[in-house]
Amino acid sequence: MVKKEDIDRLKETARLMRINILKMLNSAKSGHTGGSLSATDIITALYFHVLRHNPKYPPWSERDRFVLSKGHATPALYSALAMCGYFDAAELTTLRKLNSSLQGHPDMRKTRGIETTSGSLGQGLSVANGIAMGLRLEGLKSNVYVMLGDGELQEGQIWEAAMTAAHYKLGKVTAIVDNNGLQIDGAVKDVMGIEPLYDKWKAFGWDVQIIDGHNFEEIIPALESAKTRIVNDKPSVIIAKTIKGKGVSFFEGVVKYHGTPPADDELKRALKELGA
Amino acid sequence: MTETLGTRNVYGEFLVKLARTNKDIVALDADLSSSTMTKLFAAEFPDRFFNMGVSEQDMMGTAAGLALTGKIPFASTFAIFAAGRAWEQVRQSIAYPKLNVKIVASHGGISVGEDGVSHQMTEDLGNMRIIPNMTVIVPADGIEIKEIMKAALNTDGPFYIRTSRVKSPVIFSDGASFEIGRGNVIREGSDITIIALGLMVPESLEAAELLKSKGISARVVNMSTLKPIDRDLIISCARETGAIVTAEEHSIIGGLGSAVCEVVSENYPVPVKMIGIRDMFCMSGTGDELLDYYGLRSTDIARASEDVLTKKG
Repeated sequence: MVKKEDIDRLKETARLMRINILKMLNSAKSGHTGGSLSATDIITALYFHVLRHNPKYPPWSERDRFVLSKGHATPALYSALAMCGYFDAAELTTLRKLNSSLQGHPDMRKTRGIETTSGSLGQGLSVANGIAMGLRLEGLKSNVYVMLGDGELQEGQIWEAAMTAAHYKLGKVTAIVDNNGLQIDGAVKDVMGIEPLYDKWKAFGWDVQIIDGHNFEEIIPALESAKTRIVNDKPSVIIAKTIKGKGVSFFEGVVKYHGTPPADDELKRALKELGA
Repeated sequence: MTETLGTRNVYGEFLVKLARTNKDIVALDADLSSSTMTKLFAAEFPDRFFNMGVSEQDMMGTAAGLALTGKIPFASTFAIFAAGRAWEQVRQSIAYPKLNVKIVASHGGISVGEDGVSHQMTEDLGNMRIIPNMTVIVPADGIEIKEIMKAALNTDGPFYIRTSRVKSPVIFSDGASFEIGRGNVIREGSDITIIALGLMVPESLEAAELLKSKGISARVVNMSTLKPIDRDLIISCARETGAIVTAEEHSIIGGLGSAVCEVVSENYPVPVKMIGIRDMFCMSGTGDELLDYYGLRSTDIARASEDVLTKKG
């Protein structure tokens, strides 16, 4: 059971995260609104409850790692890092601007706290596996979390990496599929169907959980199960059912907002909905 | 009879030697460990070896992840797959974040032979050279590759090192000096400079002998580091000999010939003739037959040298 005060705190944090995300996207005048908002609650749960990490000393070797394979959701990650204190929150509105440390997609060499450089879909699970292999060789107990998009599962490399994690018994790897059902060109099921997801991951040798990706009472235990699965040598995937654009009524489930930032008037209305 | 060594064989053996003292070295392969010779590493260090199966893209990403934990991954497969199939993974997951991954790709060029075009990589050097942060090296023989591996191990950042399927003449003695980014004049000459890498280095030395018999003094440069290329040496060769021939087992588009022309044309224009594959797919045959057929021999280099001399101002 997750404590009620933790849930309340996380809900409030996620609200502030969404406000940051919308403001930074509006300021950037480009970027990915829908997928940032669908990933927000999970990223909030990771950075403000689940991950062992140290914003004062990011390279702490025993930290848990988070790989954002769907790099276009990076406004959510930047927002979490700033709110954790990795860098000044005032930097958030420099997103995507010339000479900013906040690139359009994550760049580990430019942004404090970013674990891996990503943005080209399909590659993060392989990188997460490699991290898990290295940590195991080092005898470190850290967990490795990697967030994938559902459209991203159309990349063949994901399934190569799914085989690798099972073959090398990378029980420290937890993948989270942000299953919002939409991609740039439309509904995932129309563009290139990926179902049956549960059966696919099972067949690839993974433990599979399906949760509501906006409900902390489901998100937290699912993510934390990675910590208790010390002896388990199976990688684990959490298929998180999410809503693209979650938190702003007129963005929810609208394909257009995959890669469209909020315009000024939309930002105003959205912030109002979020009680900003 | 000249001694011959296969750069891939020496790679496999020497990697084991390096790994005995450097515990951070890990190796990955994509089901070609008996060809790239990482099988020797696998036999001695099974816990530090990862066979990724036939999945080169995943291998590059996994190598990136291992590097993120402080390991020094040596990732091997054929050149076509490392620099072709997995190009974007190399760019995105390894080169862009400047991770310490050493890609050592075997079976470069057409001397691969009988397998044909699908396995003959004549675009790898161009593909890798164009990526920022990437160091690209082709050893001239089975001695130099050891020095190259030591240098790569001691230098943080991504490397692409090409080895050959075939054995080739040994031209250096043990302990040959190698410095990343430095070409070596391995034969002095004043009329023309032949700049070569890989298998074309011994061919160029032979070409210089052929030219000598015709009264032409050819300088030979081993440009094993294709990137960062030794601009100073190229410029001084252009100034001192006034004509250049490049020789590579690679397309003349994007490889050594292009790299030399970029330097020469910007800094000290002199006539250049390029020996290499001229924008075509080749075919099956033995490695030797193909090198003959596609004009990658000492006689071809010598002929090109005589030709370029006629254009010298």
